[in-house]
Amino acid sequence: MESSDYLFQTFIYLAAAVVSVPIAKRLGLGSVLGYLLAGVIIGPHVFGFIGAAGGDVMNVAQFGVVMMLFLVGLELRPNVLWRLRGPIFGSGTLQVGLTAVVCAVVALCFQLAIGPAIAVGLILSGSSTAIAVQSLTEKGWLTTKGGQTSVAVLLFQDLAVIPILAVLPLLGAAHPATTTAPHPATWFQVLLVLGTVSAIIIGGRFLVSPVFHLLALTRLHEIITAAALLLVVGIALAMQLIGLSPALGTFLAGVVLAESEYRHELEADIEPFKGLLLGLFFVSVGASIDLSLIQSQPILMGSLVIGLLLIKAAVLYGIGKISRLENSQNFTFSLALAQGSEFAFVLVAFAVNNRVFDQGLGDRLIAVVALSMVAAPFLFTANEFWIQPRFSSRLRQRQPDEIDEINPVIVAGVGRYGAVVARLLNSQNIKTTVLDFDPEQVDLIRKIGFKVFYGDATRHELLAAAGGAQAKLLLIAIDDVEASLGLVQLAQKHFPNLNLLVRAYDREHAYRLIKLGVRNIFRETLESSLEMSVEALRLLGFGAYRAYRAAHTFKEYDEETVRVLAEYYGTDEKDFLGRVRKRVQTLDELFESERAVSPGPDSAWERPKAAEKPEARSQEPGARS
Amino acid sequence: MSKTARRLLLLFAHPAVHKSRVNHLLLSHVQSLPGVTVNDLYEAYPRFLINVAREQALLLEHDVIIFQHPFYWYSSPAILKQWQDLVLEFGFAYGKNGTRLHGKLFLTAISTGGPSSAYQRSGSNYFTIRELLAPFEQTARLCGMTYLPPFVVPGVLWMDDEHELASYASTYRRALEALRDNTLDVSEIIKLDTLNQAMALLPAS
Repeated sequence: MESSDYLFQTFIYLAAAVVSVPIAKRLGLGSVLGYLLAGVIIGPHVFGFIGAAGGDVMNVAQFGVVMMLFLVGLELRPNVLWRLRGPIFGSGTLQVGLTAVVCAVVALCFQLAIGPAIAVGLILSGSSTAIAVQSLTEKGWLTTKGGQTSVAVLLFQDLAVIPILAVLPLLGAAHPATTTAPHPATWFQVLLVLGTVSAIIIGGRFLVSPVFHLLALTRLHEIITAAALLLVVGIALAMQLIGLSPALGTFLAGVVLAESEYRHELEADIEPFKGLLLGLFFVSVGASIDLSLIQSQPILMGSLVIGLLLIKAAVLYGIGKISRLENSQNFTFSLALAQGSEFAFVLVAFAVNNRVFDQGLGDRLIAVVALSMVAAPFLFTANEFWIQPRFSSRLRQRQPDEIDEINPVIVAGVGRYGAVVARLLNSQNIKTTVLDFDPEQVDLIRKIGFKVFYGDATRHELLAAAGGAQAKLLLIAIDDVEASLGLVQLAQKHFPNLNLLVRAYDREHAYRLIKLGVRNIFRETLESSLEMSVEALRLLGFGAYRAYRAAHTFKEYDEETVRVLAEYYGTDEKDFLGRVRKRVQTLDELFESERAVSPGPDSAWERPKAAEKPEARSQEPGARS
Repeated sequence: MSKTARRLLLLFAHPAVHKSRVNHLLLSHVQSLPGVTVNDLYEAYPRFLINVAREQALLLEHDVIIFQHPFYWYSSPAILKQWQDLVLEFGFAYGKNGTRLHGKLFLTAISTGGPSSAYQRSGSNYFTIRELLAPFEQTARLCGMTYLPPFVVPGVLWMDDEHELASYASTYRRALEALRDNTLDVSEIIKLDTLNQAMALLPAS
């Protein structure tokens, strides 16, 4: 091929991706669908930009899946993986086994012989790691329970490919003589596998860090990138040589390196390659879809795809029930893995070569799997916008709890801020009525053993039920600035007996609270930043007490500033900014004068050495050295 | 007179050490002495949250309790008062069973802005230093401790002579060494006005 030809191909792939992915993202369908559609458009059935070379591209692009599993491994610390062993082997075995059986039964109904039917079942049992993980990551669901279970099952599927490859040739019942079964495993092979795996683990643990350290000394960033690629490619190659899945090998290496100091470096180096290769992979899947086949039998193909998705989702949902996934998580889990696997393309080719079934059936299987992949992003979107909101809205519609006690203190909002306050008060035996609007937070705090009522404190009747008229203090610690201000106004209007203590989310919130006349305002991050400055001053050699006083003198001034500026807040913006500037200038001048004259606020403790005669000054006994 | 070494606990209180000349110098002369434990209160408790258990344990581990501080308004800086209020508990330091400090020696080491001449009936401070230190002396008595005459560095506001300051510092050091090594006759020195006088009577080492 001419080099300009390569350039042209590259141009087409990149252009298709650059045009279609942003459009798909804009429509809320995720990048995967964008890539797939780009593939369909540039593929042989529409514009025909890519032809025979498509298959080669797919082979190269599959390496993106290997890299992706490396990255998934990097995110999973060994102890997390160990925790997932149940889902991997339990849910994984069930999923592959049940899906294969159901699909095989369906295949039998289509007049297939038992051997090929089982082959079809096994081929369709997998799900696309590329699509599932990519989409779960994009939606931010990878770390949810549903996401973790999905990863576990995907890992098992990767493991299962190896025995499936071994079994497939035996299923071509019609041509038993021509099967080329892999060599039965000898003890030598077992040793080889064990040796390679231990080499990956030991090398990952003890070799990678020192080598990367040496490379980092060269200060050539591309060498580190090259080394990261070398690591992944090398492991994939080694795994291939001993007949194991390269993706599993790199996943294992990823887990081993999850705790190394170079984890983020590796992640950053591999990430762009993975992204591009995966994109390329999806494009080539799109290009491989045989549109003419679909055109000739649209109803059959359509029902096959829908049937496949339904069967897989139903099996997954059942497994999710068995492993006690919450319903909302179970939907994520079963819809994420409903599509066919990229391994299906490999397995179909392998089966056709071994004459398990003919090319015609193979083409149909490929089309069905590819179409199920196209459908996958829609399933994700449906889950995000249609299914998941139902669960959260059902939670939101939860009735407020019956409040059965009246306490002197009401705490509204028991998140990271309110929880500390409530705990401290409890430790001093002060009874509090705690209200929160977030059902998950309420359930969590309850589990810890605190009494919390679910409900929206900003509603008049709920605040009344919580004892608004009898309580002494109302502590407002809710995140939402508008809700917090609303509650202040509600309390001021209907429960003037309540002393309000309000957490201010930021400075602006503080201004608005001051304008409402709230006296006790607590700026959320102020204390923490003061503590940090105190420690910084101490490490610079300040005495503990001096640093403490400096920080708190500053705090007093800053609080006063907030009060002064609040008066001008919300009037004229220019005027307000002018005031801020002036105030900052005053602060500067204040510090300047402190630095120049040096006594500062604590000058009484150390009067500068007197120039006058002792008799004249000894009337003042305050300052002594 | 027994010669066994005593252990000294120096409770240091100065809210602005970075500006201090005298107390800083005094402290630097004694803080590395063997047998002396320095407890810098403002450094340990910038928020005045005094750890009573730790402080009482320290008291029990030592034989001589020293308060070193500037003489603010005829008394100690605030944290030392807080320390007394919290640490010298009923049942520990005083009261029926409060005998844990019995037999210990107690010393005050102070610097005063005004000269000695200001601390007399004709001076601006009217009372003598010993009179003004009466609350400390009575505190020691109530706790069953022997009150030693104070170590005083007077007139520091007008003290220009660095040699004079340095000589106070080395006298202070010798005084603490003598208390540690038990080379002073306690029954004799309690008759004196200041510990400085006792040191003047000793031959310089």
